[in-house]
Amino acid sequence: MSINAELNSQSQVLKNPQVRLNLKDLEVSLRVNHLNLFYGEKQALYDINMDVPTNCVTAFIGPSGCGKSTLLRCFNRMNDLVDDVKINGEILIDDDNIFSPKTEISELRRRVGMVFQRPNPFPKSIYENVAYGLRLQGVRQRAILDDKVEWALKGAALWDEVKDRLKDNALGLSGGQQQRLVIARAIAIEPEVLLLDEPASALDPISTLKIEELIYELKNNYTIVIVTHNMQQAARLSDFTAFMYLGKLIEYDNTDTIFTNPRKKQTEDYITGRYG
Amino acid sequence: MKFKKWLSSGDPWVWINAGAVSISLLIVAGLLVLIAARGLGHFWPKDIYQIEYQIGSSTENIIGEIVSKNKISTEQFEESGLGIAPEGEEEVERWLIKTGNREMLSFDFRWINAHDVKSISTPDDLVVIERVEWGNFYGYIKSIATRDGRSFTDNPWDILIQHLDSLEDIKAEIHIIEKSEIGRINYQLESLRLKRKGLALDNLDTPESLAEITQKENALQEEFEVLQAKLFELYDEVAQDKVTMTIMDGREKTMTMDKIVSVLKPNEKTVFSKLILYFVNFYRFIVEEPREANTEGGVFPAIIGTVMMVMVMSIIVTPLGVIAAVYLREYAKQGAIIRLIRIAVNNLAGVPSIVYGVFGLGFFVYFLGGNIDKLFYQEALPAPTFGTPGLIWASLTLALLTLPVVIVSTEEGLARIPKSMREGSLALGATKAETIWRVVLPMSSPAIMTGLILAVARAAGEVAPLMLVGVVKLAPELPFDLNFPFMHLDRKFMHLGFHIYDVGFQSPNVEAARPLVYATAFLLVLVIVILNLTAIMLRNRLRERYRSLV
Repeated sequence: MSINAELNSQSQVLKNPQVRLNLKDLEVSLRVNHLNLFYGEKQALYDINMDVPTNCVTAFIGPSGCGKSTLLRCFNRMNDLVDDVKINGEILIDDDNIFSPKTEISELRRRVGMVFQRPNPFPKSIYENVAYGLRLQGVRQRAILDDKVEWALKGAALWDEVKDRLKDNALGLSGGQQQRLVIARAIAIEPEVLLLDEPASALDPISTLKIEELIYELKNNYTIVIVTHNMQQAARLSDFTAFMYLGKLIEYDNTDTIFTNPRKKQTEDYITGRYG
Repeated sequence: MKFKKWLSSGDPWVWINAGAVSISLLIVAGLLVLIAARGLGHFWPKDIYQIEYQIGSSTENIIGEIVSKNKISTEQFEESGLGIAPEGEEEVERWLIKTGNREMLSFDFRWINAHDVKSISTPDDLVVIERVEWGNFYGYIKSIATRDGRSFTDNPWDILIQHLDSLEDIKAEIHIIEKSEIGRINYQLESLRLKRKGLALDNLDTPESLAEITQKENALQEEFEVLQAKLFELYDEVAQDKVTMTIMDGREKTMTMDKIVSVLKPNEKTVFSKLILYFVNFYRFIVEEPREANTEGGVFPAIIGTVMMVMVMSIIVTPLGVIAAVYLREYAKQGAIIRLIRIAVNNLAGVPSIVYGVFGLGFFVYFLGGNIDKLFYQEALPAPTFGTPGLIWASLTLALLTLPVVIVSTEEGLARIPKSMREGSLALGATKAETIWRVVLPMSSPAIMTGLILAVARAAGEVAPLMLVGVVKLAPELPFDLNFPFMHLDRKFMHLGFHIYDVGFQSPNVEAARPLVYATAFLLVLVIVILNLTAIMLRNRLRERYRSLV
């Protein structure tokens, strides 16, 4: 807990407590309407309705198995990889339903980037990792690639540490560096939304701090949705917090409201540590 | 009680395990040592003995190498009527002597009784001549007659060496003309003949085009005649120097120097110079072509054939196996049908290889090759081009044979790639195909290489199916040369494995061939080891690159 306390005090510097954002005033990046998701016969998400505001950090909290990762993976249709998934309802991005057959999945995933729980750099050089998404889009000119790679690595606060060894294998980096590399890889293709699935849970506290600072920086340019187990992290980082329980969205509001004055008893119980 | 305790302690089990391992190792090591010892011993320049041998009341001179010694019981010895055993001995020792001089003695190996040997010596001036024909010659130099009519009897050895050296250049020139130049002209003439036939078939045989071909043919024909005249001249030139030898029974033999491959006085050589000769002999075995129905000379075409066949097979089997594995593992819906296919693929590996040979002959050679001939090589018919056993069909047959190995290990490799890698790629907007090509397959490459290593090991040693689809006892040409398109995959080829069989069992001169069987076997093992080591090194480099998967 002491490290969390330290992180909290640091994040106070970053966060501006005076501004209290209201969901209704904000532009919406992703709109979820009546989303239900089934794994075979088992229903995993029940009638989710929410708006994800642009250029804000939205956190999903809740006990294990509550469906927060599942919901996150709906936003870039990663659930398509799982056999036997049925989804109804819709998620709108620019008023287009991402589940409509017209949607190009790879284009959607380019617009909605994702970073996973464990760092998963490819066994290629640092440079090639970051350039991967660009190459997929057919970027071939060396100069453009160089620029973009540098830009993305700077954006992920990794440039200074790796600029002299871009040709080295990415697997030689530390866990925290790998995770920032993966973030650099994701932002290199300039997505609109960045989905972070417990991005710091496999990292040590120092690396966690760096990632959190980075997320704070990134929110200026990207809409960020983060799943986390760590409530302090959610409180520190996010502008809005969604509490989920057993596949249902229990409460979704301004982070300060959720943590100081929740409306639902379930939320309060979870926040105060009575379960989960 | 103590015994029971010992049993339950597990010690005996460990001993059995260790024993099984050591027995396996011993067998493998024994096999390698036997092959290496027997095969490599062949290249050691052996001493030549002059033996005074008693037959009844007369004595006889025998000159030759002692190949082996063995003992038989006196009883058996006398029953076989091999001679009179000495008193009181239970066993009789017999020696196998290689006397060479096949055309004069009618047998080049003979057994003698050790107790009938009156004296044995190794005179320094005994000479062994390796000849182009008739095998080795053993004897003394009597005189040398050179082309300018002079004759030498003093110090003939040095003069012989001198003259042989001076002939080297001419022999090399003859070799080039025979192998390259005339080969090239024949190849071009054959192409022109086929072109003429092809034009006739397509009704394009206008007088102009025919005239052009005829003109080219005539030019080649002229070139050929010039070369031939030169060749005859050179033949005559090398055939003018003669050497006269005395053999063991005092008879004389005169031979021309062009028939001599090498001469040696082994008895006067020191161990060190024999060692050098040993390596020279080994080198010659590798780079020379076989002579005398494969019982002499080297195995160069067989090495080339083996290596090329394995390489062509690798080029065919790797993409095929990998693509099939990708479908089975990545795209196909895992279910009963895929399980069935997988079982079928695995069982393919258990089909006897000769069955593949039969299939290769029936499908590849006759059906596929026959139809290729009909479609593209019409002008050569009825002589088949691809519709006859050849390197490409042998490689294809072996590719089929080793396909299951590649599929199985590639599938295992694909299954081992963590899901997080695929998700990482897909999340960046890659399609499934892009993910497979850019991430999954590169990461599986060590597993693919493992499959290829197993495939190469299996294919390089396979002989039975090859006999049906392309291997021959003696291939007139290598599968590649300087004539366009350089690679001639339709040609028949030689193979070390088949060479062992041929030399060992089909040879007219079994005794002479026996060491070659071991030497060739040793070389086959060596080639397979080298091929495998190359692949293993490649795999280790790939592994290094994709090590420590998340």
